[in-house]
This record gives sequence, structure tokens and C-alpha cells, in this order.
Amino acid sequence: MLDLWVGVFVVIGLAALVFLALRVGNLAGADLSDAYTVRAQFDNIGGLKVRAPVKSAGVVVGRVAEINFDTRSYRAEVVMAVATRYPFPRDTIASILTSGLLGEQYIGLDPGGDEEMLKSGDVVQITQSAVVLEKLIGQFLFDRAASAPAQEGTGN
Amino acid sequence: MARFIGVGSLLVSVAVGEAPVALRDVRFAYGEREILKGVDLSVQRGQVVAILGGSGCGKTTLLRLIGGHLRAGSGKVEVSGHDMAVLRRGELYELRRRMGMLFQFGALFTDLTVFENVAFPLREHTDLPPELVHDLVLMKLHAVGLRGAEHLRTAELSGGMARRVALARTVALDPMLILYDEPFAGLDPISLGVIGQLIRRLNDALGASSIVVTHDVHESMAIVDYIYFVSDGRIVAEGTPEQIRASEDPFVCQFVNARADGPVPFHYPAPPYAESLFGRGAA
Amino acid sequence: MSGPVAVARRLGRIVSDGVWRFGFAARFLVMLLAHSGQSLMRLHLTVREIYFSGVLSLLIIVVSGLFVGMVLGLQGYETLQRFGSGDALGVLVALSLVRELGPVVAGLLFASRAGSAVTAEIGLMKATEQLDAMDMMAVNPIARVVAPRFWGGVISMPLLAAIFSAMGVLGGWLIGVVFIGVDEGAFWSQMQAAVDFREDVVNGVIKSVVFGVAVSLIAVFEGYDCTPTAEGVSRAITRTIVSSALAILALDFVLTSFMFRGVS
Repeated sequence: MLDLWVGVFVVIGLAALVFLALRVGNLAGADLSDAYTVRAQFDNIGGLKVRAPVKSAGVVVGRVAEINFDTRSYRAEVVMAVATRYPFPRDTIASILTSGLLGEQYIGLDPGGDEEMLKSGDVVQITQSAVVLEKLIGQFLFDRAASAPAQEGTGN
Repeated sequence: MARFIGVGSLLVSVAVGEAPVALRDVRFAYGEREILKGVDLSVQRGQVVAILGGSGCGKTTLLRLIGGHLRAGSGKVEVSGHDMAVLRRGELYELRRRMGMLFQFGALFTDLTVFENVAFPLREHTDLPPELVHDLVLMKLHAVGLRGAEHLRTAELSGGMARRVALARTVALDPMLILYDEPFAGLDPISLGVIGQLIRRLNDALGASSIVVTHDVHESMAIVDYIYFVSDGRIVAEGTPEQIRASEDPFVCQFVNARADGPVPFHYPAPPYAESLFGRGAA
Repeated sequence: MSGPVAVARRLGRIVSDGVWRFGFAARFLVMLLAHSGQSLMRLHLTVREIYFSGVLSLLIIVVSGLFVGMVLGLQGYETLQRFGSGDALGVLVALSLVRELGPVVAGLLFASRAGSAVTAEIGLMKATEQLDAMDMMAVNPIARVVAPRFWGGVISMPLLAAIFSAMGVLGGWLIGVVFIGVDEGAFWSQMQAAVDFREDVVNGVIKSVVFGVAVSLIAVFEGYDCTPTAEGVSRAITRTIVSSALAILALDFVLTSFMFRGVS
């Protein structure tokens, strides 16, 4: 009787773990046990973090494995793990994008047309850095400030 | 296999005439407080020995030394030829399988039934088949007159019954030495008589030796072979019940006749009464 | 003898007592592990303790988990919708439960439900000389009584924490999706996108295992170490709950700062 209850308890507990793993977490999502790594350098990665998703056409195809700073080029070097079942052409473009206006940042891959595919350890040549909101706003304000007196001048 | 050889050697040492228990000039202290101040005592095979004394005189400490719960500060405690001071834990446990101890209020396992309590030592130390365990438990319970109570929970037992069940558990493995810690405490006169008779009968039936630590003079006089009186950490008198009855030792007289004052003073040591009341208050 | 000297003396005594107890607890753990063979060989001893600490805590864990999840659903939606991101409710509920609230609150509940019961049981066995009686029967009380209770707790705790988190997520879903009307698809998909199995779920499980070890050790130690009187047992129970709560919160801080340093 006691054994039965303990058995039920253990089954419920394990079921809860499976629920957390599959339904709440994303264990079933992009399986990276079999992946190849590619590197890419960016001028600015913004708020990108390790384990951020790598997406193509909105589908998660991999994860950011490492973020380093390259002291020779003074640029950020991002190592991505991409699932082996998603091969990409060599001239793929990697860009750092933001989901929504304030959401988390991820890497978007836009496949090119090369016949050859990326191999493990390859470097993605064409990259597009993160859009830094502060810089955008600063640019915007600067433009407004620069154009405002001129407009006033013509008005008078 | 080694276990059985070990037990065998214990039995041999008893057979060649070693006293089951011998204490020589045993001293013991809890920190600064001296409990035992040089105790000599021995128990012969087949004897039931009583250790009598007032509360807090060190009787229970004596029992714990013999059971190996405590180690003597100096002197020698020997149980069936083994010096308790040098025994390792494994050897101590091996020795304890041949010992039984009845605790003051029985110390029955509250989460087990009467049957399971008595079966406990059998299950822990033997690989007997369930039917044999069942029969043995019923035999032990029958010996204490509680065969019908096997399914009761320990909470349903009266004080006297709990003591009897604990006794059945104590003798479950047929010990060669049985220790009793205040077996008569808190019992009604009938249960008291029953326990007294059981202590004697079980000792004789098992051919064991028993040590009864108690402050109940009359009940123990009726059943024991030899009596030690302990007071203030020393043996102050000893003898057979007849010798004790005839004794004119002032301590024995006070104890046996339950007088309030005597060698054991009524008053706790204190400065003179008048000084306590007026001396300091006036100053 | 009053004033600062007495205060300093008392303070010193408290500290030295604390250090002494800590050392004794560590030695006790070693002794416990050394005598754990029996509780694993004779599995029914441990299974029995899983029943008492795990199965009997199930109800309080399920109910509290559901309520905590529902509160998170209400409060979280209230806050998130101000930023127009009510859809992220699933993320908020799941992350806070799996990473923090699941292990911590389940640990606190476990300490007060099962930990205190274990302390009381062992303490009473000590007070009524049952442990001495067992020792006198050449049965080691640490192997027979303490170790199975310890392992029962260590096994139960992660399962209870997982059940707590799962019930919490369901509670958040109930409030968010069923009552408030957050989009069901967004609720689950955003949750799955944000909750990482290794980073969040596994770390949560590691936390609950650590809390299980800490609470179980405190519970058996306080019971075994208590003054063998009725008053001593009741004080030991109080100490179990207080020290368990402190241990859980302190360990949570330490573990969190190790686990999530790289991510956040």
C-alpha cells in the first residue's frame, strides 16, 4: 500500500519534470547535440548574450555558443552552434536583430546563393551589427537640431 | 561467518568461569562533576543482582558503563572477560547481541506494533524465515503473558504491559546478560509484582545473569540473589537479602525503612539556617 | 558583571556554540554517509520515508504551487500589460517558477512540513530512549533511523519542487489564458522560446537537490542532537524550521550567483 503511494508520487514527480522539460522549456526545440560551429565578427553586438537563438526565416536553427572580443580587429567575435540538419551557403549574411522594439536580441541568418556550404569552423564574412537604439535616437535628435534653425531661417 | 566464530569465542570465555560482569575501582565524571568515585562490583553467572540507591547516586551511570554507552574515566569494566575500554565499535556491537537492556519506560518503538517490536532484533540480526520469526515472537510474548496483544499498537498499551512487551523484546535473542534500568518505576502494585517475577523467571530460564538498577527495596529484596547499595558514587553496603535485612549499617537502615533523615541528609548542603535568613538580609 | 563585558561574553559564546554545532553537523554528515549502505540495500526503509516526507507533503505542495502560479498570473499580467507585452506572461510565470520560486518555496514548505516532522520523530525517539534501546540491541541508529530519513528527504525534495513548478505554470495558465484571455499560443510559445532546458530547468533541479540535502541534514541533525526532553524536542523543531529557511535562502543566493552569472 505504502509502496503504491510512493510509486504514484515518483511517477507524478517525474511527469512534472518531463512537463517542465518539454512543455515549459524547449528541450524538444532545436536539437544542438549534433551541430557545427561558425564564427562571425560584428562591429557591435548590442545586448546579444550567450545562448541567444540563431534564427533563419524566423525558425530557431541554433544558439550563440560564445562571445569574445578580438583584440586584433577590435570587433566582437560570436561563435554560433547551428544544427547540422540546417546547412547554410558560404555567403550567408549574419545580422543581429531584435525581436520587437525592446525584446531580446538574436542572430538572423539570410542565406545567399553560393553552391558551397558552411563547414564547422568557417567564418561568416558578411555581417550586420546591432541597431543601437541610443545611437539612433542621438542621430535623430542631432539631425533635428541641425535642420531646425535652417527651417526657421527660410520661414522668416 | 566471522560473526559466528566471534560469538562462539564469547560463549567459551563465559564457560571457563569468567564473571559475566566485573567492575574494579571504576571512576567516572561528567566534566567536573564526579559521579562514580571508585566502584567495585561483580556479578556471577545465573545471579540476579540489584544495585540500590537514591535518585542521582550514579546507578544509571553504572548501567551505561556496563552497556558500553559510556567509558570509565579510570578503573576497569569487564563484561564476560572483555575490557569495555578497548572494544571497537564492531566488537562492542557483537558483545551487545548477547546483552539485553530494559529501559526505564520500555523504550518501545512507537511506530511499530507489539509484534514488530519484539520481532525487531530478530529481523535485524538473523535471516530467519518469516514463519520462524512469527513463532519465536509468539513464544517470547507468551512468556510475558501478552500473546494476545500482538496486534496492538504501542500507544494502546498500559505502562505495565509496555514494560512486559519491552521485556519480551529484550530477551528476543536469548541474551546472556540482562540489564534493567528502573524496571519498577511508575507501576501499580500488581504490574510491579508481575515484572519482578518475570525478571527472576526469565533469568533462570535463560541461564543468564541480570543486573537490576532500582530504588525499590522491597520488590528487589524478594527476587534478587545479591544487593549493592550505592550512595554518592560509592558502594556503601552489599550482601544477600538476608544479610541486608539483618544489617545495622545506618545507610541501609535508612534506605530499607525509608526514613527521611540519616546518613543521607534531608537537607541539601547549605549555610546555617539563621545565617541564610537574617545574616545577609541584615547586612 | 554587566555592561559591555557581559554582552561581549554572551556574543562570543553564541558564536563559538554556532561554530561548534557547525563542525558537529559536518562530522555527522560524514558519519551519516558512511552508514548509508543499509538504507540503500534495504530499500523499503527509504521508501517508507519517501512516503512520509514526499507523499504526505504532496497536497500542500500542489495547492500552494497552484496558488503561487495564479498570483503570478494576476500580478504579472497587471505589470506586463502596461508595457503592452501581456503575451509574455507565460515567460514571466515559467521563469520565476522554474528558476526561483519552485525550488525555494517548495523547499520552505518541505522544511516546515516534512523537516519538522522528521526532527520531531527522531527527537521523540531520543527522548523516549528508543535510539539508546536500538543501540543497545546492536543496531546502529544512524544507519537504521537517521540515514533512511535523510535519503527519503533528498529524493523527495526535487520531485516536490518539480511538481510545485508544474502546478504553478498551470495556475498561471489558468489565470492568464482561461480567465484573462491571453492568447494560448503566445503563452506557450513565448514560454518555450525563453525557458532553456539546461540553463533554467536543470539549474532549478540542481537547486532543489541542494535544498533537499540541506533541509534533510538539518532536520535529522537537530532531531539527533536535541536535548532529550519534551522542551528540547520542541526547541529542536523550531530550530529546524528557522535554520532550514535561512539555509535555503542563503544557498539560493550563492547558487543563483554562480548559475546565472553568464546569462543575466
